[in-house]
Amino acid sequence: MDQTGNRENRANRESPPTENPLLQKIAKGILYIFLIAVAIIQVLPLYWLFLFSLKSNQEVFNLPPLALPQDPQWENYARVWTQGNIGQYFFNSVFITASAVILTVLFASLVTFAITRMRWKLNKLVLGLFMVGLMIPVHSTLIPLFNFFLNINLMDHPLAIILTYTAFNLPITIMILLGFYYTLPREIEEAAIMDGCSVHRMFFRIIFPMTAPVVATTAIINMIYNWNEFVFVNTFISSDRFKTLTVGIQNFIGQYSTDWGAIGATLMISILPILIAFILLSNSIVEGITSGSVKG
Amino acid sequence: MDKVMSDKKVIILYILPAFLLLIVLVYVPIVLTGYYGLTRWDGIGEREFIGLANYTRLMSDGMFWRSAYHSFLLAVFSLLSLIGYLIISMVLAGKIKGADLFRKIYLIPMLLSSVAIAQLWMRIYHPTNGVLNRFLTSIGVDNPPLWLADTNIVLFAIFIPIIWQYAGFYILIYYAALKNVPNELVEAAKIDGATPWQIGYKIKLPLISGVIKVTIVLAVVGSLKYFDLIYVMTDGGPNGASEVMASYMYKQAFRTYNFGYGSAVGFFLLVLSLVVTWLIRKATTSKEDEVQY
Repeated sequence: MDQTGNRENRANRESPPTENPLLQKIAKGILYIFLIAVAIIQVLPLYWLFLFSLKSNQEVFNLPPLALPQDPQWENYARVWTQGNIGQYFFNSVFITASAVILTVLFASLVTFAITRMRWKLNKLVLGLFMVGLMIPVHSTLIPLFNFFLNINLMDHPLAIILTYTAFNLPITIMILLGFYYTLPREIEEAAIMDGCSVHRMFFRIIFPMTAPVVATTAIINMIYNWNEFVFVNTFISSDRFKTLTVGIQNFIGQYSTDWGAIGATLMISILPILIAFILLSNSIVEGITSGSVKG
Repeated sequence: MDKVMSDKKVIILYILPAFLLLIVLVYVPIVLTGYYGLTRWDGIGEREFIGLANYTRLMSDGMFWRSAYHSFLLAVFSLLSLIGYLIISMVLAGKIKGADLFRKIYLIPMLLSSVAIAQLWMRIYHPTNGVLNRFLTSIGVDNPPLWLADTNIVLFAIFIPIIWQYAGFYILIYYAALKNVPNELVEAAKIDGATPWQIGYKIKLPLISGVIKVTIVLAVVGSLKYFDLIYVMTDGGPNGASEVMASYMYKQAFRTYNFGYGSAVGFFLLVLSLVVTWLIRKATTSKEDEVQY
């Protein structure tokens, strides 16, 4: 991305000066105002959320919506954290997300390696099955999955969620990995085999480490999907101790239907990890979402 | 080399874990959905085979067609909103300082869970204390709309946060595609005296048509199976005014325990998604059809 930007700057300097610099400046100014307005629309609701998470109901009802809280109620946060199971939900989200991400990335890497590097007849067919998987609506699988987990006693068990996340994220993960695997030079494998390296050793010691950048991209995109997933947890998990943050806060907020500060604090707690991750990893996230754009 | 790299045991070992998960948790369920759709079943007791009765019922089920119409409206809105995203991306991909920062800010809502977005926008739309109606009353609107409680506008009201959520995502895709347009072409057009409008419309747009097709499929199929925000914000209400196909299917199965009929709706949704995907691809296919990414 930066390279294209540089190229463009260089080209910019070379291009001939335009007729009316003042008019150009005004036009440019309008464009910036437009872009900034869009940015404000994207951020304003979150700013308002942050403000009311620190307000008492009186302040929410009486102060103008975007006024700063006069007496910031930080105890809203402490209250929802201790009263609800937010801590438990939080841990469940981390555990389920991490487990599913590890399984997905590992299984997808193995499949992608076998499809792109090894020689066998049915590889195109298997790849096709994974790619068609991208288009299958979750709701069309919900009832049989519900019945299946009920029958094998995995209903209301985190494993049901972890396996489902893994299965549904494999196609997109494989799709992102494919491009990278195709670019790996064959010479690496040839050299490894010459040295008497087994396939396992070659995969785990040479190929898999080489794919670290794209593995990171897929891990991030998987993390975001899993952290925010709603339907599966809402359908397969009923006990509070296994609920993730997404479903947990949905039930928890129900109890506080009139306490705005508590609702705001709960929502802020649920989105903060993602916001922090975004500030730290924004470049990788942008790249992950761009390359994973086939999943809506 | 060939011998090592075509070792059947290794191939099976590497394929099997992912393949089993895919077959057991994705493909077997869609086949079963098709089968359950032919039965009467409350989810616990015996399944009774009733042939196509669920589908004849589906054909004459006014509530289902109403929800299908709402899903269709969402798809039309999404399609129209793509034009807006495309315009923003075009602006952004011009010589804009801080374009990188802008597109990151635009992306923030996309990272939040649907539940958080739904809960937040329920407060925004709150009839008396929500920021929207507080603003409207402050500028002198006497009877601001009830938004989510008004059957005439609830669907539009839900569509706003959907745009808010996905705008950054589509802008990101378009922006990346526009940045891939070879600069030489743009420069050559400039030298020939093309206006910025012509460059955008006649050169950049055709060059990113592959990506535009992908986003059309995403927007339309994504809308047809849309569920999350609606389930949390209105649960299809008031009075079914925001019911969509996926929420209708969910209710049939997990609220009223019509697992057979719910499966029929789910199977319809599957076939519709695949057919629509295929139709859009077909309708927009040209010879030089190679999607990057």
